[in-house]
Amino acid sequence: MTVSVAQVWQWLDEVPDPEIPVISVVDLGIVRDVKWDNETLELAVTPTYSGCPATRVIAMDIETALRDHGLSDIRIKTRISPPWTTDWLTESGRAKLEEYGIAPPSPAGGPEKCPQCGSGNLSKISQFGSTPCKAHWRCDDCLEPFDYFKCL
Amino acid sequence: MNNALFESLLRLGDNTLVIGHRVSEWCGVAPVLEEDIALANMALDLIGQTQMWLGLAADVEGEGRSADDLAMLRDVWDFRNVLLVEQPNGDFGQTIMRQYLFDQFHLLQLQHLTQSTEDRIAAIAQKAVKEVTYHVDRSRDTVVALGDGTEESNRRMQAALTKLWPYIGEMFAADAIDLEMATAGVIPDPASLRADYDAATRVVFADAVLTPPAGDFAHGGGKTGFRHSEHLGHLLTQMQWLQRAYPGARW
Ligand SMILES: [Zn+2]
Repeated sequence: MTVSVAQVWQWLDEVPDPEIPVISVVDLGIVRDVKWDNETLELAVTPTYSGCPATRVIAMDIETALRDHGLSDIRIKTRISPPWTTDWLTESGRAKLEEYGIAPPSPAGGPEKCPQCGSGNLSKISQFGSTPCKAHWRCDDCLEPFDYFKCL
Repeated sequence: MNNALFESLLRLGDNTLVIGHRVSEWCGVAPVLEEDIALANMALDLIGQTQMWLGLAADVEGEGRSADDLAMLRDVWDFRNVLLVEQPNGDFGQTIMRQYLFDQFHLLQLQHLTQSTEDRIAAIAQKAVKEVTYHVDRSRDTVVALGDGTEESNRRMQAALTKLWPYIGEMFAADAIDLEMATAGVIPDPASLRADYDAATRVVFADAVLTPPAGDFAHGGGKTGFRHSEHLGHLLTQMQWLQRAYPGARW
C-alpha cells in the first residue's frame, strides 16, 4: 500500500530543524515538493543560506524520519530555484519562534518587538547572530539580548 | 566542453572560495565576538556559493571531477580568482576594506548574472545576490564607521585603501573569455560594471573621509591564472593540506 503524500507532509512536520528545534522543516518552508515517482518518494528541499551547515543534517534527519515510518525508497533533491525566502515560514512557525525567544522576520528589516517583554524599544547589536539566518538584537527595556530571524 | 563557460565558472567560484577562506582565517581571533561571528557567517555564505559555482563548473567540464576536487586538488596556476581576494588579511581594517571593495563588485556582478541566458547561472545568482546584498550593507557601514572614526582608525583605513587600490582594476578588465560569454548573454562584460562601481564607492569613500589614491594602475594576472601573487600559494598550503596529506579523506 502506498502512503499518501498528505501523510508524508504530516510526518515531515514532525522533523525538527536541527538548529532551531522548536520549528519543523515544514514550518521553515524548506520542503518544496513531495511526490511519488513510481515506487520512489521524491522530495525537493531548498537550503536557507548557501553555506548553511545544517542543510546536509536536515536531509539526513528527513531520511531517517521517513525510514522510521517504514519508507525505504527515498530520493532527496536539492532545489535552489526559486531561492528560499522567509516569506515561506509558516504562520505557526513564526509563532513558535517568538515563543522560543527568537523574533520572527519582519519586512521592516528589524524585529517588531522584544520576544520577552513585547517592548518596541530595541537596538541592533550585530547584523549576524548565532547562525547565518539570524541577527543579534537587544531590548532596551528588559535588557535581554535576543536573536532576530533575518528577513531574506 | 564549453571552455569559456568553464573558465567563467572557475572565476566566479574561485573568487568566492579564496575570499571565503581568507575571511574564515579570522574565526576565533577577531577583535570582538560579534565581528568574529559575523565574519564566520559571511565566510560560510561565500563557501556555500563556491559549492554551487564549482559544482556547476565540474558538471560543465564533464570529466568526473567534483566541486571538492576543483577546490582542493588544483595548484596555484589553475586558480582563476582576482588578485584582490588573495591579498592577506592585514589588520581588521584592511580585511574590511578588501571585503567592501569586493562586495560592491560582487553585488553588481550578481545582479547582472540573475538575468543570465544560462539558467543554472541565473538560479545560483538569484540565491547568492540576497546574501551578498547583506554583505555589502555590512562592509560598507563598517568602512564608514572606521574611516569616520578615530584618528587611528581613519589612518588605518586610508592605509588599507591605498594598499588595495591597485587591485580594483582587475575585476573590470575584460578578456576574450569574458567577451565571448558576454556576447552570449551568459555573464555581463565586467567593464560595463565599472561606472556603477565607481559611483557607489565614491560616495562611501567620501562618507568615510578617505581619499582614493591618484592613478589607475592595476595589477593583473589572477583571473587569467597568468601570475598570482605569492600569497595564494601560502593560502592553498593551508586550505588544501588535509586532502594533500590524506588524498580522498572524507568526513
Ligand atoms: Zn524586552
